[in-house]
Amino acid sequence: MENVAKTAVRYLPIVIVMVAWEAIARLNLVDTLALPPLSKVAAAWFDLMRDGELVSNGASSLYRGSAGLLLAVLIGGTLGMIMARCRIFDMLINPLVELFYPLPKSALIPVTVLWLGFGDGSKILLIFLGCMIPVTIGAYNGARGSDHALLWSARSMGAGSFRMMWDVVLPSALPELLNGIRTALALAFILLVSSELIVSQRGFGYLIGYLGSTGSYEGMYAVVLTVALLGFAVDRIYQLLMQWLLRWRD
Amino acid sequence: MDGQAQIVVERVNHTYRPPRGRPVLALSDISLDIRPREFLALLGPSGCGKSTLLYLVGGFLPIEAGRILVEGKPVAAPGPDRGIVFQHFALFPWKTVRGNVLYGLERQGLPRPEREKRAQAFIDMVGLHGFEDSYPSQLSGGMRQRTAIARTLAIDPSILLMDEPFGALDAQTRSLMQTELLKIWQRSPKTVIFVTHDVQEAVYLAERVAVMSARPGRVKAIVETKFPNRDPSILRSKEFVEKVDQLWNMVRDEAIKAQEATGS
Ligand SMILES: Nc1ncnc2c1ncn2[C@@H]1O[C@H](COP(=O)(O)OP(=O)(O)OP(=O)(O)O)[C@@H](O)[C@H]1O
Ligand SMILES: [Mg+2]
Repeated sequence: MENVAKTAVRYLPIVIVMVAWEAIARLNLVDTLALPPLSKVAAAWFDLMRDGELVSNGASSLYRGSAGLLLAVLIGGTLGMIMARCRIFDMLINPLVELFYPLPKSALIPVTVLWLGFGDGSKILLIFLGCMIPVTIGAYNGARGSDHALLWSARSMGAGSFRMMWDVVLPSALPELLNGIRTALALAFILLVSSELIVSQRGFGYLIGYLGSTGSYEGMYAVVLTVALLGFAVDRIYQLLMQWLLRWRD
Repeated sequence: MDGQAQIVVERVNHTYRPPRGRPVLALSDISLDIRPREFLALLGPSGCGKSTLLYLVGGFLPIEAGRILVEGKPVAAPGPDRGIVFQHFALFPWKTVRGNVLYGLERQGLPRPEREKRAQAFIDMVGLHGFEDSYPSQLSGGMRQRTAIARTLAIDPSILLMDEPFGALDAQTRSLMQTELLKIWQRSPKTVIFVTHDVQEAVYLAERVAVMSARPGRVKAIVETKFPNRDPSILRSKEFVEKVDQLWNMVRDEAIKAQEATGS
C-alpha cells in the first residue's frame, strides 16, 4: 500500500503536465495546431494503432535498433576486454577509439547511406558504430580493473585463457560494461530516430517526419510520445536486468 | 637431499617493479627445501616476503634468479597440483559460497553429482552449512576465509600453499579448523607450506618451522618442531612452551630489525 502511494507521488508531476497540456490546449492559450489537446493526440494514437501504421513502422525501428545494439554489445564488449588484456591490441585500437569518440555520430548518417543505401543496413551500421564506443570503453575500463588475485585463483584451479576471460574478466568488467550499454541504449534511440527522420521510408522517425509534413500534428505527437514512453520503458527494464545481473554486489 | 625434497627453492631473488615508484627487493637469495608430505610453517615479520615466496612456488610470479623445482621439475605456471589459499581470500564475488567451492571441481572435470557432493562436504567441514547460497559480500571476514579454505581443499591438491589461512578467525573457530586441517593432512598426506604470524600455531601444526629475516627475506633459521603426537594437551608441555619461546625470540628480533629499517 505504501509502495503504491510512493509510486503515485513519484509520477504526480507527469499527471500534472498532462492535465496542464489538456487545459492549455482547450483554453486556446496557444495555437491548437502547434499543441493539439492531449485527448486528440490519444485518439490519433488509437487510429494509428488500428490501421497498423504504428505497429509496422515500430517493428522496423525495433529491428534496426536491436540489431545495431546487439552487434555493438557483442563486438564492442569483446574488443574492450581483449584491449584490456592484450597490450598490442590496446596500442592498435585505443587511438582509433579516442579519435572516434568525440565525433558526433549523426554526422555519419550520410556516410552510412552512401555505403549501404536507404534501407535497414545503413541504420544498423550507424547504431552499431555509435553504440560501440560506450560499450567498448565500459568493457575496457571494467576489464582493466579486474583483480589479478582472481585471475591467479582461476588459473591455479585449472582455468585456461578462454575460461579466464569468460569466468573472471567478463564478470569483473560487468558493472562498467552494463553502464556503458545503458549509455549505448539511449544513444541507439537518438541515432535511430534521427536517421529515420532524414533518410528512410519506414520507422518511427519516418512516421514523425511524414505526419509532420502532411499537417497531421495530432498523429505526430502520438508517435513522439510513443517513442518517449518506449525509451522510458526500455531503460526501466534494463535497470531491473542490471540489478539482477549485479545482485552479488552488496 | 635433492632427491627426496618435494619442493626445492634455490637461491631465488624477487624484485617488485611497480609501474610508478622504485623497485622493491622482496626476496634475496633465499633457499629452502621441503620434504615430501612435510608440514612446514613459515614465520617472519610483516613485509618480509612470505606471500611472495608462496606466489613464486605457486608459479604466479616469474622466477628471475635461481630456481624452484617441484617434484624435480622447474615451476613454470600455476596448476591444480599446487592449491593456494590467498591471504586476502580471492573469492569470486559474483559466485555464491557453493559456486566458489564448485569452481575448481568443475575445472577438474568431475561429474556433476560427484562435485556437488564433494563441495557440500567441504562447506560442511568449514562450518558454512546454511550459507551455501550467500555471496561473499554477505559474509563476515572469517566466513570468507573459510570459504577460500574449502575451495582449495576440495580440489585435493598434493601441495597446499596457505597464506595466513586462519588469520581472520576467532580462537575457537581457529582451533576447530586446525584440527580439521591436521585430519586432512594425516588422511591424505600433502606437502603443506603454512604462513602464519602465530608462533604457537606454527609449532603446534608444523613439523619444521622456517623463520624468515626482515626484508629482503631469506631463511634465517629452521627449527624442528616434531612432537610425538598432536594432541592439544601438548600445548602445555614443557618442550612445547620452550619451542614457542625460542621461536618467538627469533621472530621478535627480526620484527625489530624490520621496524628499524622502515624507521630510518
Ligand atoms: N605488488 C607489489 N608491488 C611492489 N612491492 C610489493 C608488491 N607486493 C609486495 N611488495 C613488497 O614486497 C615485500 C614483501 O611482500 P609480501 O607480501 O611477500 O610480504 P609478507 O611477508 O607476506 O607480509 P605480510 O605478513 O604483511 O603479509 C613487502 O615489503 C612489500 O613492500
Ligand atoms: Mg603476506
